[in-house]
Amino acid sequence: MNRMRYECGVFHTRYASEMGLRPRPLQRIRLVLIAAAIVVYPFVANGYWLDLANQVAIATVGAIGLNILVGYTGQISLGQGAFMAIGAYSAGLLTLQAGLPWAVGIPVACCITAAAGAFFGLPSLRLKGLYLAIATLAAQEIVEWLMTHWTWLTGGTEALVLAAPRLFGARMNSPFVFYWLGAALAAGTALFAANLFRSRMGRAFVAVRDQDIAASVIGVDVARTKLLAFATSSFLVGLAGAMIAFYRNIVSWERFTLETSVVYLAMIIVGGLGSVRGSFLGAALITLLPALINNVGRAVQETAPQAAGLLPHVQHAVFGLVIIVFLIFEPRGLSKLWGNVKDYFHVWPFAYRKG
Amino acid sequence: MPLLELRDLTLRFGGVTALAGLDMEVRRGELLALIGPNGAGKTSVLNCISGLCRPGSGTITLHGRDGERHALHRLPPHRIAALGVARTFQNIELFRHMTVLENLMLGRHLHMRGGVLAGGAYLGRQRRREIEQRRQVEEVIDFMNLEPLRNQVVGQLAYGAQRLVEMARALTLDPALLLLDEPTAGMNAEEKESMARFILDLHEERGIAVLVIDHDIDVIMDIADRVVVLDFGRRIGEGAPAEVRADRAVIDAYLGRAPNGAGD
Repeated sequence: MNRMRYECGVFHTRYASEMGLRPRPLQRIRLVLIAAAIVVYPFVANGYWLDLANQVAIATVGAIGLNILVGYTGQISLGQGAFMAIGAYSAGLLTLQAGLPWAVGIPVACCITAAAGAFFGLPSLRLKGLYLAIATLAAQEIVEWLMTHWTWLTGGTEALVLAAPRLFGARMNSPFVFYWLGAALAAGTALFAANLFRSRMGRAFVAVRDQDIAASVIGVDVARTKLLAFATSSFLVGLAGAMIAFYRNIVSWERFTLETSVVYLAMIIVGGLGSVRGSFLGAALITLLPALINNVGRAVQETAPQAAGLLPHVQHAVFGLVIIVFLIFEPRGLSKLWGNVKDYFHVWPFAYRKG
Repeated sequence: MPLLELRDLTLRFGGVTALAGLDMEVRRGELLALIGPNGAGKTSVLNCISGLCRPGSGTITLHGRDGERHALHRLPPHRIAALGVARTFQNIELFRHMTVLENLMLGRHLHMRGGVLAGGAYLGRQRRREIEQRRQVEEVIDFMNLEPLRNQVVGQLAYGAQRLVEMARALTLDPALLLLDEPTAGMNAEEKESMARFILDLHEERGIAVLVIDHDIDVIMDIADRVVVLDFGRRIGEGAPAEVRADRAVIDAYLGRAPNGAGD
């Protein structure tokens, strides 16, 4: 056996075992438990909670995509909404107009989005930080304008209505059916990203973020790496857009505005920049928070009816408050909080933290 | 044939002339020191060689391992690195949020393959590549005695340790020429000595040609095979350490006289 059994003394004798994604036995047990929970969940949850889970799955894919660009590669993007739109419209049009089956339409849509992402990433070769953010804002505005004005292709302000595709003979837009697709794609995306950042190209992404000059002198082609990061990120963001298209059966420009870009940025900031786990936690929190406030509002409605009218305002205020609180108290996000909890049990009963 | 030739190199920043027609060469397998007063253009030489600055005129030629001549003054930094030129910086430029191990694995970037798809899938082939490179990195870790720091995040390391990690990262590139910009800056006597030892070891054991800039004249005189002295972007002296130390022009420009004129 390559390692001892318990957390306090895991000794690896091979690089292969140490370089695994989940090198410790307890981590594997946890993974199995999480997988079991994902499988059991749709059988116990009602339609409302299933729908929320599907939204979280879509947001997770989109947030991981954005995090690859912003968190891992350090290229700030306000074009998330635009890239999701390109994925959604491409997937919709490819199945609706070109008649491709959805299983072909989605990957092709992702590739189109990746190409668009690399194109709109060209300014990153000259611009950094806030200046780049403004350049990606231009991408957002251009795509929004195209969506609403390129009427013969996108239907303009009229929404694009898709025929509900079928998955295993059932309509894909039913929450129960979509759940399996959503969970699989979210898990696959997470695995892909986790693998990427323990391998050669992922390290180059992070190197460009941390110190682009040092990256170039040890042989990383910075320009190519940045465009690759834009393409990789946009591929996944396009996937999230395509998932929305097939889940909602409707593609409408209103879903992909600048607000979408900002909400996704909030997800990865609250969740944790440069963390796959953080992308999921942030996506879950930002998706579930409005639903949670709604539920609280409904509960309050009977006792204090006048408070219910304030609900939409409260939603916005709480959203802003959550982001501010995270920026002040835990800039590394939910991911770090979770890490702290794990460290606590890792060294229990001793009080010190590792690292 | 020298390893690297700099001919008539000129570099200007606006009205400031950093390098004014500099000629120098680095010979195969030598430990060459570049000294001179502040602002003499030492770092500019390194920046031109590693491709971070484009010289206004002049040529930089590397006689590569393959026997070909490469015009470094026309290549971008990552292509120059691929020809076996590695460097460290005066203000340590590490990937601060990565561990020591990840920093060193990045040094192997050029020696391995694998793009986004291979990395994301991390199937057998990419896994074998990573493990194979890990072995190479571990050799450097062993060489530089970095075992205890392997999994530490670089930004949290002590200053002296960061300098060693940066040099280790340059070494993982497996360079033919190593450019060191003030490797002992800000170190105490003990750390300086161990750094000097590392430089000598990698030079002798691995046969790497080294071009080192430093202000600690004693360290330089101890370790260098040859010294080039710069002032105002020109070469004002060159030769074995003892010769340079006795050179009139060098003393006037940089080394200065000992008190009471004892240096005369």
